[in-house]
Amino acid sequence: MKKLAGALFLLLGFAACKFKAEESKLPILGQREAVTKTVNGKQVVDTVYQTIPDFKFVNQYGDTITQNSLKGNIYVADFFFTTCPSICPIMHRNMLKVYNDFKNVPDFKIISHTIDPKHDSVAVLKKYADKLGISGNSWWLLQGKKEDTYTLGQKHYLVAVMQDNGAPGGYVHQGWFVLVDKQRRIRGYYDGTKEDQVAKMIDDIKTLRAEVNTEIAQ
Amino acid sequence: MKLKLIGGIIVLISVLIAACQNDADQDFKRYYTGGAAIYKQKCENCHGNNGEGLTSLIPPLTDTAFLKKNRDYLACIVHNGITERVLTINSKAYEGSMPANTDLAPMDVAKVLTFVTNSFGNKQGTITVDVVEKDLAACP
Repeated sequence: MKKLAGALFLLLGFAACKFKAEESKLPILGQREAVTKTVNGKQVVDTVYQTIPDFKFVNQYGDTITQNSLKGNIYVADFFFTTCPSICPIMHRNMLKVYNDFKNVPDFKIISHTIDPKHDSVAVLKKYADKLGISGNSWWLLQGKKEDTYTLGQKHYLVAVMQDNGAPGGYVHQGWFVLVDKQRRIRGYYDGTKEDQVAKMIDDIKTLRAEVNTEIAQ
Repeated sequence: MKLKLIGGIIVLISVLIAACQNDADQDFKRYYTGGAAIYKQKCENCHGNNGEGLTSLIPPLTDTAFLKKNRDYLACIVHNGITERVLTINSKAYEGSMPANTDLAPMDVAKVLTFVTNSFGNKQGTITVDVVEKDLAACP
């Protein structure tokens, strides 16, 4: 009887731990659907989350970058253009903090998509990277077909990007930083023009890294 | 009697000077405060809230010697922007463009310049609207 009580106590303890761990998890954002499938002859309902699809771009070094290059990485995505006069400088001032905090971490990357690939060639992106003071492979500036970038932004990251000659610099876009996990699922949106939101993102990246590591340990 | 007269004149002169200085002070404060609001709206995104700029992309506004040397040209930079030029600031080369602010009236340019040239470690007095109008007329 005493043994049983001890076991129960232990079990409760575990449950409490489990509950606590789940509490600090980040939400999984985007569309989701329930899919019924047959496993071992039994019908089970599984949740399918929205994921970022495959893409193919070129980074500031001229290397081809696909989803495969990001395998095993948590990453933050944003949209910018090098001649952007409005919110990009403040976004990348804030992103530099993120870069400096995580540049030596092996499973984290930043990808910034240019929405003006006509002007922002690989050479222009490399120059921008040099001036920004970033090197190595933890922050990629990506360039590709304009339609691909716009579709990815609008349909999958769900942020507004479009050309508008009336807007400052000729493009409309929002300053969102989108946090994506190792399973390509969106886990957070942060206003890249606000210091406090970027600080929150830095905390959330740490949480997400811990969460993923736990999953691997199990 | 003579002494009283001289004393009176001295007092009068000092009162006048004090009044003038007060006026100038008031003017400076008006320019500076107005300029701070314009800076926040038009300049801060790029140049930063401490005028620190952004790495090698955007120059800081802390080079007092540059601001002094180019004092007559500052209004042109703010109003007309810069197109693909190299500027040496804090002995570092910055290359690129700055957008124009043609919607800023000369008074606004004067205010924001007074703010910048008296912030971030600079202390260069008021840049008045009269000076800005003259400088703008002489832009290259």
